[in-house]
Amino acid sequence: MDNLMSDLKRQIVEQLNLQHVKPEDIGDDQPLFVEGLGLDSIDALELIVLLQQQYGIKLNNAEEGPTVFRSVRTMAEYIQRARA
Amino acid sequence: MTDKQYITGSCSILGNEVIKNGSTVFRQQEASVQTFLASVYGYTGANYPRFYKMDNLCKLGWLATEILLAQTFDAKAYAPEEIGLVFSNRSSSLDTDIKYYDTVKTMASPALFVYTLPNIVMGEICIRHQFKGENDFFIFDDFNAVFIHDYVTHLFNSGALKACICGWVELLDDAYRACLYLVEARQNNSALPFTIENINQIYQKTHG
Repeated sequence: MDNLMSDLKRQIVEQLNLQHVKPEDIGDDQPLFVEGLGLDSIDALELIVLLQQQYGIKLNNAEEGPTVFRSVRTMAEYIQRARA
Repeated sequence: MTDKQYITGSCSILGNEVIKNGSTVFRQQEASVQTFLASVYGYTGANYPRFYKMDNLCKLGWLATEILLAQTFDAKAYAPEEIGLVFSNRSSSLDTDIKYYDTVKTMASPALFVYTLPNIVMGEICIRHQFKGENDFFIFDDFNAVFIHDYVTHLFNSGALKACICGWVELLDDAYRACLYLVEARQNNSALPFTIENINQIYQKTHG
C-alpha cells in the first residue's frame, strides 16, 4: 500500500505537471482538490487518464470520482479493490 | 468626435531576449523554448503554479503581459470590464494542436485539449489579472498593424474599452515571438501616440 501511494504521488506530479510540488510533500490523506493540493476539473480528467494508462482501470461511474479522488490513499484503495 | 489613445508600454520576447519599453531586461544564451520560458518566469519573480500547466503559447503571452504591466499599469484606475485584450498571430494554437493530436493516437490528454484554441492565452491573462473586457484573437499571415489599430480605436471610440493589451503572440515548435503593447486613453511619461507607424516601429525595433 505504501509503495502504491508513493508511486501515485510521483505519477500525479508528473501527469499533472505540478512542478512546484515534490511527491513526498503530498500527504497520504491530504485532499487533492480545492483546499488541499488545489487540483481543478481538468486535473480530475487527467487523474482518470492516469488510472487508465498506468493501472488499466476505467472509472465507469463518474459519481464515484469525488470519493475515489479524495486523496492519494483513497485512490490507492480503489486501485487495490479493482485489482482484487 | 474621437478621443486620442496612447501606447503607454511595450514588451517583446524573441530570440531568447525580453525587451521592455525598448530596453533588454532579460537574456539567456542557448536555451530551448521550454527552458527559456521557465527562466523568464523565474525572472518575473511570480508565484503562480498555474503557469506550469500552460502550453507554450500561453506561457509566452502570459509572460509578455506580466512584464508589460509590471510597474507600468495601474489596473485600479479602471473597472475590470474596461480592460480588454486584442491579440493576433500566424499559427493559431497549432503547436499544441499537433501535440494533442499525438496523444489522441493513444489516450487523449484533457490538459492539452484545453489549450487547442489560441484565445486561451487571453483567458489565462484575464484569470491572472481579473480583466473582464473585450477579448479578440485574430489570425493573420503577418503582423497587421493597420487592422489592430483600426479595430482597437473603434473599441475605444465606442466606449467598449478604456485600456487594451494588444499585439502579436506567435509560437510554433522552436520559433516564437511576442510583441505586446498597452493602449490607454491617458498618457504617461513615455507614451507614444497610438498610430500605425508607432505600432510598426515597436514591432520592427525588435525584429531579431
